[in-house]
Parts: sequence; C-alpha cells; structure tokens
Amino acid sequence: MAAQANALSMEELKEKGKVLRRLIIKMTTEAGSGHPSSSLSAVEVVNALWFGGFMKYDPQNPTWEARDRFILSKGHAVPVLYAAMAEAGYFSTDDVMTLRKLGSPFEGHPNMKRLPGIEASTGSLGQGLSLGIGQALGARLNKNGANVFVVIGDGEMEEGQVWEALAAAEKYKLGNLTAIIDQNGYQQTGATKDVLDMGSFEDKIAAFGWHTQTINGNCQETVVEALEAAAKVTDRPKAIISQTKKGYGILPVLEEAGDTNYHGKPLSPELAEKALALLS
Amino acid sequence: MYLGELSGLKIGQATRDAFGDALKELGEQFPTVVTVDGDVGNSTRTEVFAKAHPDRAFNVGIAESNMVSVAGGLASTGHIPVVASFAAFLMCNAYDQIRMSIAFPGMNVKMVGTHAGISIGEDGPSQMGIEDVSLACSLPGVVVMVTADAVSTKAATKAMLEYEGPVYLRLGRPGVSEIYTDSDSFEIGKANTVREGDDVTIIANGLMVAGAIDAATKLAEDGISARVIDMHTIKPLDTDAIAKAARETGAIVVAEEHLAHGGLGSAVSMAVSQIDPVPMAYVNVGDCFAESGDPQGLLDKYGLTADAIVEAVKKVK
Repeated sequence: MAAQANALSMEELKEKGKVLRRLIIKMTTEAGSGHPSSSLSAVEVVNALWFGGFMKYDPQNPTWEARDRFILSKGHAVPVLYAAMAEAGYFSTDDVMTLRKLGSPFEGHPNMKRLPGIEASTGSLGQGLSLGIGQALGARLNKNGANVFVVIGDGEMEEGQVWEALAAAEKYKLGNLTAIIDQNGYQQTGATKDVLDMGSFEDKIAAFGWHTQTINGNCQETVVEALEAAAKVTDRPKAIISQTKKGYGILPVLEEAGDTNYHGKPLSPELAEKALALLS
Repeated sequence: MYLGELSGLKIGQATRDAFGDALKELGEQFPTVVTVDGDVGNSTRTEVFAKAHPDRAFNVGIAESNMVSVAGGLASTGHIPVVASFAAFLMCNAYDQIRMSIAFPGMNVKMVGTHAGISIGEDGPSQMGIEDVSLACSLPGVVVMVTADAVSTKAATKAMLEYEGPVYLRLGRPGVSEIYTDSDSFEIGKANTVREGDDVTIIANGLMVAGAIDAATKLAEDGISARVIDMHTIKPLDTDAIAKAARETGAIVVAEEHLAHGGLGSAVSMAVSQIDPVPMAYVNVGDCFAESGDPQGLLDKYGLTADAIVEAVKKVK
C-alpha cells in the first residue's frame, strides 16, 4: 500500500496556511491554554511538508511501514501538527477542539500512544533529533525509502543532546533525515540572543558536516524551494534554519496585546476574534 | 571467601559475559534486534553481538542521552533495540531520555545496565550503579530484572527479547557463582525458589542470591531451615511467592547489592505489608555512596555477606 499526498499549488498552499493558522487559534483559545505563537511561526514549514508533496503518508493507514516520519521536537507547538493532521484527514477539525481537555487524545504535547499518526512523544526538549536518527536508521535497515523530518525550536538548540545527535547523524550519513530549526528568536523568558546566544546555527551545523540552508521560514515559496533543494541531497543529513517570527500571521494582534513573544498563553476570545479576522 | 563458596558453588561467567554471548546467538533468531552503544560495548559485551552483526550495531559515541533516544526511534520502526551502558551512566545520565523516549511511549527497547553494584570494585563510586533499580522501578510500565548467574542471564536475555515492551536488565562486572543449570526454568515475573525451607525466607537477587544460599547453609548448622528465593524480576513482582513465603515461614529477609531505598527491599516490603505483615530485615548497601577497593573487600566492608544475612535472620526469628 502506498500513498503520496498530492502537492497543492502555491496558491492553494497559502490558503491552507491560513486554514492551519485559524485552527491553531481556535483550538488554543477554546482550550484556554497552549502555545499559539510557537505554533504559528512553524506554519509554513509544516504546511509545505504535509501539503507541498514532501511527505508520503496515508491517514487511512497511519502505521503504513514506508510512510515518512514527522517529529515535532518542539512538542509545545503541537497545535500546528494537530491542525495539519486534521486537514490531512487523520481526524476531523471538530475533534481537535477538544485540545488539552480531560479524556482527549489531543494532549498538550504529542502523545503517540493516544493518537495514531503521531510519530514521537515529545515535550521534553532536545530529544526529537535523536529519535529521528533512530527512525532514519530503522528506515535504512527496513529498506523502505522512508524519510524523516524533525522540527526543532531554536531555544531547544540549547539542549546538549541536539549536538550529540548532530554528530551521530553525520557519522551515519543519514541522507533520509532533515532537521528544520524553527528560529523564531524567542524562548520562554525572552529573546534567545539574550538567554543564550548560540551565534550562527548554519555555521555550527555545517561544521558537523551537514548540508545546510538558512531561509525566511515564513515565506511559503522559499520554504518549498528549500525543501526541494534538501530532497536532492541524499548522501548526508540536511538542516534548514528557518528564520521565522513567533506569532507570524497575527503579529498586529500580539503587538496590540503588548507582547510579541506571547509564549505559552492562548489568545482571549476577543483577541482571537481579531486574529481570525486578520486571517479570513 | 566468595559468595557461594561455602555452599560449594563454583564461580562461573560474569552476567555481562553471559549476556553478550546470549545476545550474539539470539541475533540469528531475532533478525530485528539491533544494539545501540555509547562506546562501552567492549565492557557491556554488546561488542560480541556487534562483531557478529556489524550492520545491526550502532555506536553513537559517549553520548548517553542521544543513545537512548536513538534506541527509542529505532523501536518505533519495528526493531528491537538493546541499549547498554554502565548502569550508572544509563539510568542516571539518560533518565529523562529513558522516561520520554522509551517508557512514556512504551517503546520495545531493552535497556541493559552493566557494572552495577559495589562489586565493580576499584573504579569506585562514580561508576557503581547502586540506585539504578530504584530509578528503573519508578518508571511506569518498565519490567525490571536483576539476574544472579550466567545461566539465568542467558535465559533472561531471551525472555526480554520475546517480551513486548520496555525492559531494564541489571548485570554485574565480576564472575559470579553458578546457581542454575540449563534445565532450570526462567520466566519474567516468576520468582525461583533455589532452596526450600520453613523457618524463614531470604529473598535476594543478583550476586546476593549466592550469599543467601551460603547463609542458608550456615543457618542449617543452627537448626534453622531457610528458604531462598531468587527474585530476579522486581517489576512485576511475584507477590504470590512472597505471600506464600510470609504465610509458610513467618519472617522475611531481603538481600540486594543496591541502596536501601527503592530496590528489592522496598518492593518486597510494600507487598508484605499489604498481604501478610511479618517481621522483616534487610541487607543492602545502605544510604551511602561506597568507595574504591577490591570487590571482595567492598562486599565485606559494606556488609553484603552471608554472615550479615545470618545476623538479619536472627533479628526476625
């Protein structure tokens, strides 16, 4: 059994991005908690992967062995993943409105035991790339051609385990592994450059022997081009440093709220209404 | 005098050596078994498997956090990863990775901690996993085993590969007394009674099983008939064997090469208190980090001896 998501046209993809953003805002506001701004920065990347023809998957058969794997290492941004999976047909957009509610499989961070199609349980930062290495090695042993995509937060790059993983992935020349660093410039308590300035991710990751690109990660065309370029590299692991804005798509609303970081809190119903109007 | 010598037991393979040999052999029978190593494969003996199956062995360097999560990823693609390191480095260095990448999603990963206990000797307390069982037992859904000799370690290695789900297997460094023969049975969660007795029960695991057998031999000279149970699986615990021991012998001593808290003693006492409270006493490392020294000297100094078990028995009888 095989399935390949149909690649949307650029125009359709951009519309889909708005749909994902609206869902993220609706579900987090309904939940009364969550990380909408961290989710919104990663929309173009997640959107391109799921609907731009870069991942093969089958919502009817989520355990299909040769499927590509998507790992959201920055697990707190899970609303963007739930939104994409709902749009892909794993479940309905109504279902995700139970986000974070008791009994719902749409937990505050991804839980693979409760939701088929989630490829890794995350929420403790730093582990996603290592899990991705395991899956990439497993795909190689299984000879099924599966690719692995891991989205990592820029604050998360402060975790030492990520650098252990960067070295190991290069050792095994994992050409089926792509890491996307969602560099939105903020972490829980403030700007990443103030908390722990890591300098150039591209320089550091390239020094490990990875194929690297730094892009404007909120430009849908650019994201698609970068993923196309990465797909052509098959002899070593690939990293895309995706420079984004936290809360992209509703920045005027966050500015009005007086907090452009807006970490770990939902929009009030009033702000959500304004945000949805912006995205309509 | 080594543990088991008094009872005429012979020193055999170290449990880590038995594990390495078993894993290599089982590699043929279980084609999805892979090893993930943090550059101590020549100590944990996963190297024996790696040499026989180089395409299925991954050494990710001295990076236990990455090592454990890589194993979690491999398991999610249908493989059976065996991830081994010194018990101290595996359980203590990579605990959050074990929690999040293996235990929480229920990954089919076999975690093997070698060089556990103070019997590793001269390398000293930084290398001694003496809290590992406590850490492993606190993780929901993880099977925890401590084997006593080479034969039971080989059987445990096979049993853990056949079992679906996360397992922690604790092994030691030096050669240990031979307790079992190939015809003895081994089942996860089912304790083995290695000496029958009616007056008191000594529940032990790891190399303290040999110590318990010696203690039973000494007690017999005083007319005390001691039952010895090898509780090789701490989780799930064989509460039937414990209930029977409490009922039939009326007193229990627990002996283990682990800290006082959170190991076999804690597990057994929780069971006993809920089933059939009887007097209990404990032989263990206590509440301290140990020190460097020769293995036998350390066992003597920290009270992991047959005499210490005999003394404990006399407290409860």
